[in-house]
Amino acid sequence: MSDILLKTEHITMQFGGVVAVDDLNIEIQKDRITALIGPNGAGKTTAFNVITGGYQPSNGRVTFDGLVIVENYPRSKMKKIYNGTNKTPFEKQVVNTPDKITRLGMARTFQNIRLFKDLTVFENVLIAKHCHIKAGLFSSTFRLNREEELKMYQDTEALLERVGLLGSRNEKSSSLPYGKQRRLEIARALATGPKLLLLDEPAAGMNPKETEELSLFIKEIKDSFKLTVFLIEHHMNLVMDISDTIYVLDYGKTIAQGTPAEVQNDPAVIRAYLGVDEA
Amino acid sequence: MIKIKRNNIYTIVTLALLLVFLYWLNANRLQNGMLVSVLQKGVILALVAVSMNLLNGFTGLFSLGQAGFMSIGAYTTAILLIPVQNLDGVYYMNGVHPAIRAFKTMVASSPEFIQIIFPFIALLLGGLLAAFAAALVGIAVLRLKSDYLAIATLGLSEIVRAIFSSPQFDQITNGSYGLNKIPNFPPMLWGAIPSLITPFIVVAFCIVFIMLLIKSSYGRAFKAIREDEIAAEAMGINLFKHKEMSFVISSFFSAVAGGLLAMYMRSIEAKTFSITLTYDILLIVVIGGIGSVTGSVLSAFLVTAAKEWWLRFFDQPLTIGTFEVPLFRTGFRMVIFSILLMIVVLIYRRGLMGTNEFSWDRIINRFKKREKEAAHE
Repeated sequence: MSDILLKTEHITMQFGGVVAVDDLNIEIQKDRITALIGPNGAGKTTAFNVITGGYQPSNGRVTFDGLVIVENYPRSKMKKIYNGTNKTPFEKQVVNTPDKITRLGMARTFQNIRLFKDLTVFENVLIAKHCHIKAGLFSSTFRLNREEELKMYQDTEALLERVGLLGSRNEKSSSLPYGKQRRLEIARALATGPKLLLLDEPAAGMNPKETEELSLFIKEIKDSFKLTVFLIEHHMNLVMDISDTIYVLDYGKTIAQGTPAEVQNDPAVIRAYLGVDEA
Repeated sequence: MIKIKRNNIYTIVTLALLLVFLYWLNANRLQNGMLVSVLQKGVILALVAVSMNLLNGFTGLFSLGQAGFMSIGAYTTAILLIPVQNLDGVYYMNGVHPAIRAFKTMVASSPEFIQIIFPFIALLLGGLLAAFAAALVGIAVLRLKSDYLAIATLGLSEIVRAIFSSPQFDQITNGSYGLNKIPNFPPMLWGAIPSLITPFIVVAFCIVFIMLLIKSSYGRAFKAIREDEIAAEAMGINLFKHKEMSFVISSFFSAVAGGLLAMYMRSIEAKTFSITLTYDILLIVVIGGIGSVTGSVLSAFLVTAAKEWWLRFFDQPLTIGTFEVPLFRTGFRMVIFSILLMIVVLIYRRGLMGTNEFSWDRIINRFKKREKEAAHE
């Protein structure tokens, strides 16, 4: 199964007594767009944070590109209060900080845009190039890595050109209009050279026209950068339009999975989104 | 390209003029004692301010441990540099530790060129010691955020001070008696650079290093951490590693400045490096602009000059005709100084320079604007 880039096994995330994500099993195929949808508070962003190393799951394992990047089992206090559906604990503990996981080839954006606000558009992207720097502190300070530095600048310029932000390269990132800030955040993630791009509600706060542009943009970068995309989204139009596979979460549990057409007609999904007629 | 060249020429000319001025000052140092001491103290504080700015302004780590690291540098430099023949005079109460005496005797009998560069080795050793201490402490305290980090580093600085003044270390640090008979700044390059100018040269090298660092890829990573830690980490920047780097480098240069301060003051005691010193530096950083190296340098000179020199006038009783102006007493200058600070902070809310750096383009543009305005009128 070499075409699976990311796999989560029985991911359970419990905060105190609350199980935010329960037994999440996701397989992300290479070169596809996979989406994670669900009502507010379904645990989508929590799942993202577990995958990118921000949270340590209470139980479960994440495998990325054939390498176990996160693994944990209920320990100490969690052992007593653990309340996940999957009761067979894993045995090892593998911890990786988010920066390490990024360097392995997984980049993300944030639901509430997190740009380096006081820095320029150019600097925002340039900083993301730092993670693969080979020169040490001193050779970098004394500019002994001139070639590397030059390449960082050129790559940044090329990247900005491709995402159509070269014109505003010297603008402060916080002064960009909203749509461009989203685009810049994606560009910054791309600058780390990812295999897998995780987008956390990229269309949040966008109007239908901007959303349409965004879906084109995502498809375009997916092809040109040979990316696999995993996204969380609320906008059904966007998700149904671009996704190959969809997972639906509700109250931490996976209630459906499949192609957009399958998911759309799934009674469980309709119930979660529209509510149940109790009568 | 022409523009860059023009700015370089301006910079070189300015630096040359400054150097000429310093040599002139050296020739006329007896008539300009106050100017010399204000400039020397200013330049030393400028280095501490810049190194504090690297941490607080560029990496976003609110640390208040500067005085502690300065004292490590100052004590190391002082202990290494007090001449052997003065040891008994300095440590008259408790005697000196035999190891120190042995080491100093060895240095005193070493070849001449070692003795010439030894003051610089002492500064470097002080810096390295502080850097090592910072690296150890950083492992524990750099996990803390904002205010908590400030409190932890503040405590650390007090611990260092308490250790230096403790009776257990009487034979090394001379406890609460402090150290004196510390030699003045050494000349550089076989006397081509007189001792008066030495601190300026040393500080210039250090600040240039810090500026180059800030402009390098690592400096950009520091700024990313300042802007948004979570985003920086998501961009593959190892938070701990980069914070530790910034902390260690900042401490190193604080300690070098501490060593220079010991040479400047000729005598030090643990009390010199109390919290007030850190606050003085913080004041300079804030006035100059958090996140501006040139702002820190400018403000270091202005604050030092205002405090030690320009406002002296308010400390002397003043009589106009037969009327003796009230309030003009010793200490009144600090009242005026504080009022001035408030005014400056009210006018320049982000410090004199904000987060901008000095640039010729900015100045030239300002002049051009003025010319244009004049032409319009």
